[in-house]
Amino acid sequence: MSQDPLEGCRISAGKKSAVSLGKALHPPNLLVVVEGTCGACVAASPVSAPEGSCSYNVAHHHLCVCVRVCMAWQGLQKGETLASLKQESENLRRKLEEERGKLTDVELHQVAEKVETVAALSIKTRRVLKGHGNKVLSMDWCKDKRRLVSSSQDGKVIVWDAFTLNKEHGITLPCTWVMACAYAPSGCAVACGGLDNKCSVVPLSLDRNENVTAKKKSVAMHTNYVSGCSFTNSDMQLLTSSGDGTCALWDVESGQLLQSFHGHTADVLSLDLAPSETGNTFVSGGCDMKANVWDMRSGQNIQSFDNHQSDINCVKYYPSGDAFASASDDATCRFYDLRADREVAVYQKDSIIFGASSVDFSLSGRLLFAGYNDYTINVWDVLKGTRVSVLFGHENRVSRVRVSPDGTALCSASWDNTLRVSRT
Amino acid sequence: MTIRTARPNRGQHVPPRMHCLKKLEAIVVEMQDPKNGVKNSVQKLNVTTIPHAAAGNDIIAWINTKMKTTVEAQVFGTMLVAYGYIYPLKNHNKLVMCNDSSLYRFQTPYFWPTQKWVPEDSDYAIYLAKRNIRKKGQLEPYEQTHYNHLHEWLNHKWEFIVMQATEQYKAGRDRNKPDRVIFDCQERAYWMVNRPPVSLWLFVRGLNVFYQQAIMRSKVKSSVSLGALVKYITTYKNHDPFLAPCQPSNPWQTDHDAYWTLNMRRVEAPTKMRVERWSFSLFELLTDLRGRDDFKIFLKKEFSGENLAFWEAAEELKWGTASSMSTKAETIFKTFLAPGAPRWINIDGRTMGLTVKGLEHPHRYVLEAAQTHVFLLMKKDTFFRYLKSPTYKEIQKKALSPETHSFSPAQLQQNAQNRSPGIHPIILWQQEEEEKAKAAAASAPVDVKAVMSKIDRKK
Repeated sequence: MSQDPLEGCRISAGKKSAVSLGKALHPPNLLVVVEGTCGACVAASPVSAPEGSCSYNVAHHHLCVCVRVCMAWQGLQKGETLASLKQESENLRRKLEEERGKLTDVELHQVAEKVETVAALSIKTRRVLKGHGNKVLSMDWCKDKRRLVSSSQDGKVIVWDAFTLNKEHGITLPCTWVMACAYAPSGCAVACGGLDNKCSVVPLSLDRNENVTAKKKSVAMHTNYVSGCSFTNSDMQLLTSSGDGTCALWDVESGQLLQSFHGHTADVLSLDLAPSETGNTFVSGGCDMKANVWDMRSGQNIQSFDNHQSDINCVKYYPSGDAFASASDDATCRFYDLRADREVAVYQKDSIIFGASSVDFSLSGRLLFAGYNDYTINVWDVLKGTRVSVLFGHENRVSRVRVSPDGTALCSASWDNTLRVSRT
Repeated sequence: MTIRTARPNRGQHVPPRMHCLKKLEAIVVEMQDPKNGVKNSVQKLNVTTIPHAAAGNDIIAWINTKMKTTVEAQVFGTMLVAYGYIYPLKNHNKLVMCNDSSLYRFQTPYFWPTQKWVPEDSDYAIYLAKRNIRKKGQLEPYEQTHYNHLHEWLNHKWEFIVMQATEQYKAGRDRNKPDRVIFDCQERAYWMVNRPPVSLWLFVRGLNVFYQQAIMRSKVKSSVSLGALVKYITTYKNHDPFLAPCQPSNPWQTDHDAYWTLNMRRVEAPTKMRVERWSFSLFELLTDLRGRDDFKIFLKKEFSGENLAFWEAAEELKWGTASSMSTKAETIFKTFLAPGAPRWINIDGRTMGLTVKGLEHPHRYVLEAAQTHVFLLMKKDTFFRYLKSPTYKEIQKKALSPETHSFSPAQLQQNAQNRSPGIHPIILWQQEEEEKAKAAAASAPVDVKAVMSKIDRKK
C-alpha cells in the first residue's frame, strides 16, 4: 500500500478506546482488527469498512492491557493464501535459526573457563535508611555517589544523603504506590510517578525547609500506572514505562510527548537506557514476558527476546552497552548478548523458587546483584553462572537493587520499609 | 547449577495471574449461593429447558449491591466473562457482560483458570477432533486453521489424539440431553477464553516481517561478542570496588570520603586509576569531564579542537529542550558547517550535504550522521595520538597514588561520628554552569571585522 494505512487514525484515552479511520483510506476490502492480548480479553470480531470510515468501541480495563490496533489490511494479495503465508513464515524461521546456529560457535561458560574465579565476597550492610512508613518500591542514586531518592507505597518520596543518613527532602504525592523514581543527572531534580498515571519532576533546593512539593510539575501522562522512569543524558528529557503497554519519551520543560514506543502486548514493568557513546537505544521488559530493545530516534522495536516464562520485572544494561540482564517472576535472571542477538546465560538454582524483582551489575560487569521476593539478594558470577554470595537482612521482599555510580556500594530497597547500603 | 542456554518454548501462553484470580473465585462462589446469590432463570432451547442461567442485568445488579459501586460493575462483569468464570449463552464468541436480559451461566470449577491444568495444544487438538467427529464442517474457519496447524505440529501423536477424541465423543453420547448441552457450552466457553479467534492472516504477516528484519540485522559470531564482554570485565577488574580495594579506602567502609574528594570534577591532579581509566576508550575519556578537559588541552596544542566542540554542541542539541532546538541548530550551522565558518569541521561531502539539508527543518537527531562521523574520526585517530602525546604522559606523571588508609578502631569510630557532608550537587552544578559560560565566552570565534572597525573608530 502506498499510504500509511493508519493515517488519520485517532485513539482517544479513557475507558473506551475508539478507533476511527479517516476518509483517506482505501474503500472496500478494508479491515481493522482490534486485537486482544493474553488470550483472556475482549475477543473482537473484525469489522469491515464499506467506504470512508468505521469505528469500533473496546473496553479498556486494568487487569490486563488490551487494545492494540493492528494494521489495516487490504485483503489478500494476488496468489496469497494463508497457507502460503505460513509456509513463508516457516521458511523464514528456519533461515533465522540456521543463521543463528552458524554464528553460535561458542557458549559463555566455555569462554569463561579461561577466566579466574571470583574471590569469596563478604558483603556487609553499612547503612540502614529508616524513614518510610510503608513498602519502599523504588530507588535511584544521584551522580554524586552518595545521595539517593526513594519512593514508597504511601505516596512519599524521600531524598537522602545516604552517607550521613540525613533526609534532605520529603515529597508527598497525592497518590499511593509510587513505583518509579529517578534522580536527574545534574542532581538538581527528581522524577517520580506511579498509580496517578503521571510522572512528575520536582526541582530540589538547597534550602531544606523549602516545600519542594509545591514546585512539582507533571510531565508524563499515561493511561495506566507508571512503572519506571529515567532521565536521559540531561535533565530535559524523561523516559517512562507504563502499565498501558507503552514507553514514552517526554520533553520536561513543555511536557510534550517526543516519541512513543509501542510493541509490548502487556504492562511494561521496567526500562533502562543504554550506556553507549551513541546513547540512542533502551531496553524494556514487561508482563508479556518479552524484553524489547528500542531505537529512540524512530520509535522502532529493533530486537526482541522472549526467553522468560513469566513477567519480566527488571531489565538492566551491561556496563559496555553490548548486553543486558533481566529478572523475572519465573525465578531466573537471564543474560543476553545484543550483538549475537541471543540469550547467553540463565542464572537459576533449584533452591530459588521466588521471583526476582530487580538486577544490577557491578562496575566491571563481573557480578550481577539480583533481589528476590524471598527477601534475599543473590550475587551471581556473570561469566561462570555460579552464585557467589547471598545477602540476608531484609525482612520482606526486595523491590530494587542498584549499584552506586562509582561502584562502591549496593543499595537495596525493600517492602520492609527500609533501604540498605552494603559493600564488601 | 551452571549456565544453561534455554530454548524458547513455542506454544507458550500467558499463565493467568494467580493472585487476583483467587479473589474472583471467592466472589463467583458467592454469586452462586442459592440464598444470597444472583437471581436464577432458565434457558429454553427448542424443546429442552436448561436451568441455572442468569440474566446480564441481574448479575450486574448483584455486583452493584455487593461492591457498593455502579461505575465498575459492568467492567467487573466483563472481567468475569473474559477470564472464563461466566460464559454467555448467545453470542458465545463475544466475551463481554451486557447489561440486558441476555443469558449467562456459571462455568464449572473444572474449567476455572486457577486450576493447575494449563490448556495444552494437545488438549485443544482433542477438542477440535472431537467436534469434527461429531459433525464434519462444524468448525469455524479460524478453528479449522488451528486444526490443520495442530495436525501438522502434533502429527507424531495424532493417533493418540483421535483415540482420545473418540473416547470422549462416545462418553458424551451416553449423557442425557440437558447435561450434554451444558457440558458442550462449558467446554466451548473454556476454549473461547483460552484459544480466542485471532486474525491469523495479520499475525502471520506481522511475524514474517519481524523474521525478515531479524535475518537482515547484522549479527556477530558468539566467539567475538562473548570475547568482547570478557575483555571488558578483565579491563575493568581492578576498578571494580567489589573486586579490588579502593584507594585510599571505600568511603562506605571507613566513613572517610577522601576517595570522593580526590575524584571530584575539577581536581588539579587526578588519581592514577582515574587517568588509567581514560585510556580504556574514547567514551570513558569524554564521559569523565576531567578527562575531557585534558583531551581539550591536547587538542588545543594540535589546533584541532573543532571536532570535539562540534560533538559537544551536537550533544547539547540532542538532549536539550524542544524549544531551544532551532536556535541551537542555527548557531551550530553558522559556527561549524557553513562555508567559511569560523570552526569549520572537515567531514565528507555526502554527510555535509545531508546535514545541511536536514537543518532546513531541524529536529533532535538532525546532526546524528555528522556527529557519528566526527566521533569515529576522534576515536580512530585523535584518541590514540592523545594517548601517546606528551600531554597524556604529563598527566600520568602528575597523577596521585594515594596511600591506603589504615584507621584504628578508635579512628573509625571518630570517622563515623564526623561524616563529611561534602558539597551539595546543586552548588557544584551552579559552579559548572558558570565555568561553561566563561569558557564559551573565551572561545567564541573572534569577529575580525568587528575588532578592526573598533580599532578604526578609535583612531
